Amino acid sequence: MKSVVKQEVHGLNGDEAVALAVKQSDVDVVAAYPITPQTIIVEKFSEYVANGEVETEYVCTESEHSAMAACLAASATGARVFTATASAGLALMHEMLFVTSGCRAPVVMAVANRALSAPINIHGDHSDSIAERDSGWIQLYAENAQEVYDSVLQAFRIAEQVDVQLPIMIGLDGFTLSHTLENVQVLADDAVKKFVGTRQFPAVLTHEGKTAPYKLDPDNPMTMGPLALPNYYFEFKRQQEEAMKNALKVIEQIHDEYAKISGRSYGDGLLEPYKLEDAEIAIVCLGSTAGTVKTVVDELRSKGVKAGLLRIRAYRPFPAERIAEALGKVKAVAVMDRSMSFGGNGGALFHEVRHALYDLPTHPYVVNYIYGLGGRDTSPSQMRKIYQDLQKILHTKRVDDLIRYVGLRE
Amino acid sequence: MAISEGKFTAKEIAEKPELFLSGHRACAGCAPATVLRLIMKAVRGPTIVTNATGCMEVVSTIYPYTSWAAPWLHTAFETAGSNASGIEAALKILKKKGRIKNEQIDVVAFAGDGGTYDIGIQALSGAVERGHDFLFVLYDNEAYMNTGIQRSGGTPFGASTTTSQAGTAVPGKLEQKKPIADIMVAHDMPYVATAAPYYWKDLIMKARKGIEVNGPAFLHVLAPCPRGWRSDQSKSIELSRLAVETCIFPLWEAVNGDYQLSTPSKLVALAPQKKKPVKEYLQVQGRFRHLFTPKNEKITEEIQRLTDEKWQRLLKKCGMT
Repeated sequence: MKSVVKQEVHGLNGDEAVALAVKQSDVDVVAAYPITPQTIIVEKFSEYVANGEVETEYVCTESEHSAMAACLAASATGARVFTATASAGLALMHEMLFVTSGCRAPVVMAVANRALSAPINIHGDHSDSIAERDSGWIQLYAENAQEVYDSVLQAFRIAEQVDVQLPIMIGLDGFTLSHTLENVQVLADDAVKKFVGTRQFPAVLTHEGKTAPYKLDPDNPMTMGPLALPNYYFEFKRQQEEAMKNALKVIEQIHDEYAKISGRSYGDGLLEPYKLEDAEIAIVCLGSTAGTVKTVVDELRSKGVKAGLLRIRAYRPFPAERIAEALGKVKAVAVMDRSMSFGGNGGALFHEVRHALYDLPTHPYVVNYIYGLGGRDTSPSQMRKIYQDLQKILHTKRVDDLIRYVGLRE
Repeated sequence: MAISEGKFTAKEIAEKPELFLSGHRACAGCAPATVLRLIMKAVRGPTIVTNATGCMEVVSTIYPYTSWAAPWLHTAFETAGSNASGIEAALKILKKKGRIKNEQIDVVAFAGDGGTYDIGIQALSGAVERGHDFLFVLYDNEAYMNTGIQRSGGTPFGASTTTSQAGTAVPGKLEQKKPIADIMVAHDMPYVATAAPYYWKDLIMKARKGIEVNGPAFLHVLAPCPRGWRSDQSKSIELSRLAVETCIFPLWEAVNGDYQLSTPSKLVALAPQKKKPVKEYLQVQGRFRHLFTPKNEKITEEIQRLTDEKWQRLLKKCGMT
């Protein structure tokens, strides 16, 4: 692969990998508020600012709500913008997440996934970002610090693509990724600069009848964030859905383009299947857990068990058709949810994966495992047990418990 | 700190292009709309406006129409301060990187009393603490008028609103108006002022000063609302004058924390016999109607007492006692 650029190995944790990717991406404004386990990102970035290593306005807001409002406003003014948060911080942003996607501001955000209170808990799970699944943000989840780095670089391109123009969050598991040191292959600054380029703006019609770049510009005054009554509101929302559909293609394209220069790929960018082609039983999950599952799959394969894994990298937009293709021939599937939908008859990922399989002529058995809440350890032995459960389902042709809890005292 | 004299002739103002255009859906007699129009006459050049959710946002941008000839952003109710922060930060760096051609672009944030005293105070306080260069304009119509006259931290003592109703047991709002402009002065910010649309030149001059000052500026404008104040539509501007003449809403500036009375209030200070009783202001507003009963007489007396007390305190701050 001649096109692969020269890279350097850095010892970085997930948060540092985010900060470094942001540093290299010519970001104009970072507005953020510290929260564990994201804090290293803003601290590291502050260090870059203090040492004059970045040309970025760094705004230390007084809350996450203001951080997102400032990011949205800066993005609307034409800046490339980044922020980071977790848990309660993301929950506090909730209102502004919808406004940001509704205003079509391509803000990039790292979410160091963490449990929500109460009880208060600083450790990893997906409760925070899964609760924002309908906020109109693209959501990618990374498996390791390398992918965190790669995904942040891709994120600017995806979000800023003219036919997407949506904000994007990159999920990295709190502590498991945010605080764990890994070897990360880092591109040279100029290679990143070339890849991310400068921010693109769609051309829109202003009220003065001129075609102008979509941003706040005194030369082409534009009203952004107006009131839309029942006669127009619906069309705005439909357009966001169209942008999400476009994102499905764009995530893949940008992923492929990046793969050419970095030599690294994550499935098709949307999904990463692992030994799934002839698999009879499979686990479906997001994030770092996939690393543990891969080890167990290798182990089971060496014993002749046809086990596989489907890691979902793009949760929003949800690649339903691809998921159906990937799991169509599997006989039993365990969907892992690291968050709960209380009273919802299973977790969010479970619902959506199962739904994606509904139109297939034959369905696999699909069961749900809730795991790892509040940073509860997820071990290879637990994953082995899940594959055993799936084998039992195939053997007995019966599902005893549709929703199960992993490593829980009951 | 260099502040221009900010003096304009009526002719100059009339000749400046309108940036807040007619055709908006504000009610008849809406003073906030007048305030916005006047302030947009005070800009020195290219300006980006951000607006908190509220009456002025709602009446001026019903899609696909807009009353704004300046670039304008609305995001939420509590975000005027944080939006201004983001816009200003972006302008600063984009200019530095040569991605913006304009020499100077100013930032003005508009918010009502809800978006300033209450839900927006955190974002405003944060933005001021960080020293962003912008003018924050509070158009204070003293209640949540957009949603139907609910009390705010800016609603005066004794006023009846739909959530501080005057009934047989409770005589309207029991709490006092929050001293928001003094709270802003306490931020050690470079420029804070109060204004009323009757004194339109004073208002425009103060807005201009606020724009020209380096760093954050806060302008508190009393903006009567006939719907919420239950007042005559043709009397809004006059009411803003009465508020000044009764010393319910004195006009002053605090430049780097130094208070100084503005001319209309200074005239009252120099000729105390000209100070009108608060009753003259209260009795022309339906929101205070219940106070003019024998049972509630004490409340009007209390309003007079509190007004006098605050006025004396202000005179002291201005070195006029």
